[in-house]
Amino acid sequence: MTLAELSFKLPDLLPAGAEIFLLTMACAILLIDLFVKDKERTPTFALTQFTLVVCAAFTVWLSSGDATPTQTFSGMYVADFFGAFLKLTLYIVVCVVLFYARTYMLERAPAAKGEFYSLALFATLGMMVMISANHFLVIYLGLEILSLSLYAMVALQRDSVRATEAAMKYFILGALASGLLLYGMSMIYGATGTLDITRVANALGGHGTGHLLTQTGLTKTIHDAAISANAAAGGNKMVLILGLVFLVAGLGFKLGVVPFHMWIPDVYHGAPTGVTLFIGTAPKLAAFAVVMRLLVGGLATLAGDWQQMLIILAVLSLAIGNLAAIAQTNIKRMLAYSTISHMGFMLLGLVSAVGAGVDDAAIKAYSASMFYVITYVLTSAGAFGMILLLSRSGFESEELDDFKGLNKRSPWFAAIMMILMFSMAGIPFFVGFFAKFAVLQAVVEAGRVWLAVLAVVFSLIGAFYYLRVIKLMYFDPPEDATPIEVPGEIRLLISLNALAVALFGIFPQQLMAMCFTTLQLSL
Amino acid sequence: MTGTPLLSLAIWIPIVAGLIVLATGSDRNASSARMIALAGAILGFLITIPLYTGFDTHTSAMQFVEKTRWSESFNIYYHLGVDGMSVLFLLLNSFITIIVVLAGWKVVTEKIAQYNAAFLIMSGLMNGIFSALDGMLFYVFFEASLIPLYLIIGVWGGPRRVYAALKFFIYTLAGSLLFLVSLVYLYSQGGTFEIAQWHLLPLPLSAQTWIFFAFLAAFAVKVPMWPVHTWLPDAHVEAPTGGSIVLAAIALKLGAYGFLRFSLPIAPDAVHAWSGLIIALSLIAVVYIGFVALVQTDMKKLVAYSSISHMGFVTLGFFMLNAIGLEGAIVQMISHGFVSGAMFFCIGVMYDRVHSRDISDYGGVVNTMPKFAAFFMLFSMANAGLPATSGFVGEFMVILGAVKFNFWVAFAAALTLILGAAYTLWMYKRVIFGAVANKHVADLTDISAREFLILALLAAAVLFMGLYPLPFTEVMHSSVDNLLQHVATSKLP
Repeated sequence: MTLAELSFKLPDLLPAGAEIFLLTMACAILLIDLFVKDKERTPTFALTQFTLVVCAAFTVWLSSGDATPTQTFSGMYVADFFGAFLKLTLYIVVCVVLFYARTYMLERAPAAKGEFYSLALFATLGMMVMISANHFLVIYLGLEILSLSLYAMVALQRDSVRATEAAMKYFILGALASGLLLYGMSMIYGATGTLDITRVANALGGHGTGHLLTQTGLTKTIHDAAISANAAAGGNKMVLILGLVFLVAGLGFKLGVVPFHMWIPDVYHGAPTGVTLFIGTAPKLAAFAVVMRLLVGGLATLAGDWQQMLIILAVLSLAIGNLAAIAQTNIKRMLAYSTISHMGFMLLGLVSAVGAGVDDAAIKAYSASMFYVITYVLTSAGAFGMILLLSRSGFESEELDDFKGLNKRSPWFAAIMMILMFSMAGIPFFVGFFAKFAVLQAVVEAGRVWLAVLAVVFSLIGAFYYLRVIKLMYFDPPEDATPIEVPGEIRLLISLNALAVALFGIFPQQLMAMCFTTLQLSL
Repeated sequence: MTGTPLLSLAIWIPIVAGLIVLATGSDRNASSARMIALAGAILGFLITIPLYTGFDTHTSAMQFVEKTRWSESFNIYYHLGVDGMSVLFLLLNSFITIIVVLAGWKVVTEKIAQYNAAFLIMSGLMNGIFSALDGMLFYVFFEASLIPLYLIIGVWGGPRRVYAALKFFIYTLAGSLLFLVSLVYLYSQGGTFEIAQWHLLPLPLSAQTWIFFAFLAAFAVKVPMWPVHTWLPDAHVEAPTGGSIVLAAIALKLGAYGFLRFSLPIAPDAVHAWSGLIIALSLIAVVYIGFVALVQTDMKKLVAYSSISHMGFVTLGFFMLNAIGLEGAIVQMISHGFVSGAMFFCIGVMYDRVHSRDISDYGGVVNTMPKFAAFFMLFSMANAGLPATSGFVGEFMVILGAVKFNFWVAFAAALTLILGAAYTLWMYKRVIFGAVANKHVADLTDISAREFLILALLAAAVLFMGLYPLPFTEVMHSSVDNLLQHVATSKLP
């Protein structure tokens, strides 16, 4: 190693500009909020939204030029189209979520009015880091930023026993999951001698994440060759697989798939609905990104092994998620189980790439999952938004029965909820149908027709509880005649949300093509 | 042929009209909601007339074809077209929509806009099903049509409507999800969603068998065939009059149409292997369900069972795989559309006045409602398959086809003529004739001008089709021949 290489070199900060700006703003907002006298915390809210908009503009600007992925921080961080697209979706989702949750959180957590926004921004930062991570430790870092913010958010309503209990449960189980993930990473490190995703891929003899090394070539190549030889020396396969098991367990936890799903219903139920809305939407995008980076990007050579594991997780999630949802009377718990089943369905796409290669068919399968997760987040944001909208000060609209006769109280909101429920059930012309269709197509192309049949059978069971919500809204008389008072902007936003679900359901092409192209350019 | 996208108009005019009706909002604007709905329905019907008049009967090719790429990623097309087997259903469907809007004119007093909108949207979706040439487009329409009917039954239905609506939805969804998997499988084999391409796709017998049964699951539930028919009586009994009319007249035809478009030409070898099973199931439907109808005390249930029995005739006609049987089955479908629609409307007329569907609550209706009794007589006769009504033509053709196929099958099928007459006319006798049974019947008023108009329209259709069926059969000859050729050609690789 020469002296020149040892000298400190400032990494190129530009690709991570959005993260840096967001971090700065999150800290600034935390401070500024101390001086805000406004009871409604309008300046804090406005600044938060402003931050997200600037980040979005920056991400768009950054990705508007060169299509080749850029690495920085010695290859620990990668800015590519896949990340940019997911981040943009993330900004939009967080922005919408904050709008929906605003009044609710003001009333429910009076002691922490402004902190909600800072925590949301920190969580967003964590997710952005996860999305752009190209190194095991960076993934872990992003995950912890996200998780710690979420634990605090769940506990924001500090007088509520249920919320604090949920926060505790979430924290303990989440910490356990992080431990599992770290343990898995350390084993992979032991087997390959590196934590860099690209190098892990090379060490395992894969083609890597496509964007092969952009930095100093020679030494690294030699280094990689040494690692490869090391890995090929044998005896490591066992360690690798064991590491993989722990990785998958940790990821399964974060995605919330059976058998690592226990926290989901309790946390969804216990957290203030505004926070449930947050947890139930944006982190799914980040978790998906991590799965893609780790398993598809780094461990593609082991695809045969992790596909088997994920298939089991997927089938169990579909089964338990859908069956348990039927028994729920609380809509938050019902949607929690529904999330489990949706994540299971999403996994079916991930396991449908044949072999370890990244050809068009494989990208198609991955983009089906990506389409699924994005549209699921869109739909679930609307659904939790509706729960928020029906609740008002002193009244939580959490029970399924609170939706009774909604059509009489407000035909418009009933129609919105109906669209969202039919979309989740996978009925056309709503986007949920195309999401399911894309995944099924991938599964069948991979030659697993039985898996497709299993998936639709469980979807049928799932349709039952979504239909029950529609039944309550349309067929039953209202129990509560209080008029629904909703601020104009929320009404508009949730209408747009439902409209998007319907429009993507009629014109799925753009979004699907977008998922495909970004993956093609990034893998 | 003009460049007007007639099929698109036939699909989207009712849907857009439905959305406009929905926009009229609350019941304060009830009269405008009704007027817009009627205008939309009539316009929707007028637009389908050129489909018939401009139809070239000499070709089996698809006509009025429209093809635009819908989604490149999914490789699906907005591909429409009609042939001799489907064109009539568009007309029937659009015609029935007018009847349904009129039928609910005075009777539905709650959520009028939503009611009419649901039917109009439903009508557009049905036209979509009958004209889709892309497998996925078909599926999307097929499944989306569940939504309006689910709401119609559940919102405006009778006391057990929730149960019936759910049963209807889950039963039909169960079938159609397996259908979806087979469509995706066919795509993975053929690389296209175009139905016409699938007709030529070679498939091994095992795959054909799986596909055949997956299709059967979807279509048998819709038809409905014995033993998966149990949702229908529940749905019919609980549905409002309009819902029953659409259900019987159109929705049941979707399953049968699916057999024509998918099962027969895509899996011909499996069809040959398993046609015996379908024929057996059809005969059970015809005979056994006929007996079941005989013992019903609820008029709607009786007609619902009679529908199942008549649809058994349709599937029987299909799977004997000869031209006259097939054509007879299609004629039977159209005729049943008119007749069952009319029967349900007649029951609705009485129900609106007495609020009972029990046969035992009636008797001597002819004394107070003579005009109604005359119409009801005509439709009952048609339901029983009396010559000179539309009901006769289809049944007769199917029986002719059955005689060609196997004498005993024909014999069993012909029992329907006796059974049909028995349950329909016996019900008619108990309800209409005799002395005035009770005070309710004595208080009955005869049909209004609106009801008269509806019944007259339906009666005209039933009689015209019975007396002069040629316009109905001539359009389908080429297409049926073409279909039979497909079925006769083995697709084993």
